[in-house]
Amino acid sequence: MSTISLIIKREYLTRVKKKSFIIMTLLGPILMASLFIVPILMAKYDENETSKIQVIDESGLFKGKLQNSESMIFEMDTFSLPVAKTIFNPEKHTAILYIPGNVLNNTGAIMLFSAKQPNMNLVTSIERTIQKEIESLKLKAQGINQETLDQIKTRVSVNTRTLTEQGEEETSAGLTTIVGMLGGVLIYMFIFLYGAQVMRGVIEEKTNRIVEVIISSVKPFQLMMGKIIGIALVGLTQFLLWIILTVAISTVVSNLFVDGDKMKTQMMHRQSPMGTPMPANVEDGATSNSDKSEISDFMNSADSINFPLLIGAFLFYFLGGYLLYGALFAAIGAAVDGESDTQQFMLPITIPLILSFIIAQSILQNPESKVGFWFSMIPFTSPVVMMVRIPFGVEPWELILSMLLLVGGFVLTTWLAARIYRTGILMYGKKVSWKELGKWLFYRE
Amino acid sequence: MILTINNVSKQYATHKALDKVSLEVPVGSIYGLLGPNGAGKTSLIRIINQITAPDEGEVLFMGEKLRQKHIGMIGYLPEERGLYKKMEVGEQALYLAQLKGMQRSEAVIRLREWFEKFELQHWWRKKVEELSKGMQQKVQFIITVLHEPKLLILDEPFTGFDPINANLIKDELLRLKENGTTIILSTHRMESVEELCSHIALINRSHKILDGAVRDIRKEFKSEKYEIEYKGNAIAFANGLWAGYELISHEPHGDLMKAVVKLGEGRTTNDLLAGLIPNVEVHSFRELVPGMNDIFISLVKESNEQQPVAAS
Repeated sequence: MSTISLIIKREYLTRVKKKSFIIMTLLGPILMASLFIVPILMAKYDENETSKIQVIDESGLFKGKLQNSESMIFEMDTFSLPVAKTIFNPEKHTAILYIPGNVLNNTGAIMLFSAKQPNMNLVTSIERTIQKEIESLKLKAQGINQETLDQIKTRVSVNTRTLTEQGEEETSAGLTTIVGMLGGVLIYMFIFLYGAQVMRGVIEEKTNRIVEVIISSVKPFQLMMGKIIGIALVGLTQFLLWIILTVAISTVVSNLFVDGDKMKTQMMHRQSPMGTPMPANVEDGATSNSDKSEISDFMNSADSINFPLLIGAFLFYFLGGYLLYGALFAAIGAAVDGESDTQQFMLPITIPLILSFIIAQSILQNPESKVGFWFSMIPFTSPVVMMVRIPFGVEPWELILSMLLLVGGFVLTTWLAARIYRTGILMYGKKVSWKELGKWLFYRE
Repeated sequence: MILTINNVSKQYATHKALDKVSLEVPVGSIYGLLGPNGAGKTSLIRIINQITAPDEGEVLFMGEKLRQKHIGMIGYLPEERGLYKKMEVGEQALYLAQLKGMQRSEAVIRLREWFEKFELQHWWRKKVEELSKGMQQKVQFIITVLHEPKLLILDEPFTGFDPINANLIKDELLRLKENGTTIILSTHRMESVEELCSHIALINRSHKILDGAVRDIRKEFKSEKYEIEYKGNAIAFANGLWAGYELISHEPHGDLMKAVVKLGEGRTTNDLLAGLIPNVEVHSFRELVPGMNDIFISLVKESNEQQPVAAS
């Protein structure tokens, strides 16, 4: 076995065997899966419970106006409030809704009585229903009738199509945004998490003083690259396990509780275009139809994204970005005496990374901007920025140029890092300045 | 010669670590590499280990220019040494042996022998951080010699050992030497130099100021001084000293007198005794042999006077 593969093997195995790795690998998918599962379970729970509400309407304005829904049934009663309260039967009714006679002027006097604390969803639904009714009453009082109001109310949903050589393609800005941002965020996280591991690994070897024993057997460059590659493999392993486990857990759990088709529609209902789950009660009957068409748009346009390209590019930028930064993290680890000294050298690494993240967000607004172009060329920001741009469509020459520049950038940082590394690992007990690092670059071997 | 160093120089930014240093290490010797802190010993050792390369000059290993392939024939125990704390002892030793080019299966067999010899066999599966410092040092020593190097370079090997274990290591070194291993020993402990080394080189301020066989160096620095203890009259003693002797010191020592006398040109110890015996009662007579420590200190002082500022 060649020495570098021995190093890669050790770096990989010691990390993969660690308890923290195993815990993170198991915990990650559970957390991720619960992001999918919890809303489904909540929806299921909601469905089962229908609240019957006894309405005491002293104003008489709401007769026949309160519409029943899946989760709420209104029953009008003519008792006075004190009577209703005394004969209230929690088994029959969830709550008593009291609407006073002067409700139009005093909305604060509306009351809801129940045996136990009513849940928030119920309260907001009731509030919403009454609010709408009062609003329309007030509009009528101003001489605007419901018809005019309906005519005024407009809902716009722009169907996006991109013109390609094959003709028109349906797209969804929502989905592209999600896919782009997800890729960018993953790369950003991966670089930070595993880059820091490279740095800690180098510091460990230096403070342990094992490094001199090792580099009397292998070249410092082999040790550095072995470590960087070994940790990259750890990252890829974790990533792969996360995907597999997340899919497995989600499938198993959702099959146990919800049948598949229902789950999908539920999911779509609950997903806003930005990918954040929304509580069910935000959607009311009036908009649900247009929502459905949006969802089908959304699903159809998934086909418009070139997934092989996306996955290929993701792997490339994922590794390229990590290798570029990993080398720099290794150089920092070699230059310092302990983790507490890393601060001054970390800043120049974190700034371009954070910058790329900020720029990525502006690109979501305008994927074709000049800023987006330039930062997707600079190797220090291109892994995150380009990943965000790709789902929106990038010219092949731009992509190829950006990839070539990233490879070049990786070669350059590795070369620089190797020179700092081989000097730094043998310097003990010395506070290193930037000037000193500069000098190390020009030391002969 | 197992190792020949020709005019090797090494420059760090503003500091010349080695200036035209030449050495020859004979096969099967224990070669003491001596010098004050910061003299350039570690720089030289790193060059021999190919951790750094010299700016000028060349290093020959068994007559060949030093190359990557020689790494497996050299064992190195650095002064700043350590192990991965969280890794198991046996696994770690195997890893380092494999990096030196050993086959895993072979390394396992030899490692078991060494662990038994050093009474470490129960620690194979323990993590390094669970070992005492002395045990860690033993493991490091084993790792250094496991691949049976032809040349063993030890930088302060005895620090961190209690006297019993230091002796254990000393015995192992002598046994290795018997089996033909050449050992370069860099140390400040002059008593181990006296005890073990057959050859030495003294480096000060990036220059070599002395090298050769210990026997020859002793001869060279022989002072021709003798210490005599006698009973009798001091004047009678002085009368016994003929021309050609120099009385260095003379003082009472208990009920005896103690004198140090230096022999002049052409005089022998027999001449001295022949002169003294008729006059006083000689109780003891011995040659004052210069210790390595004395030679070390006097030479370093001398060389510092000659070049008072460190080369820059």
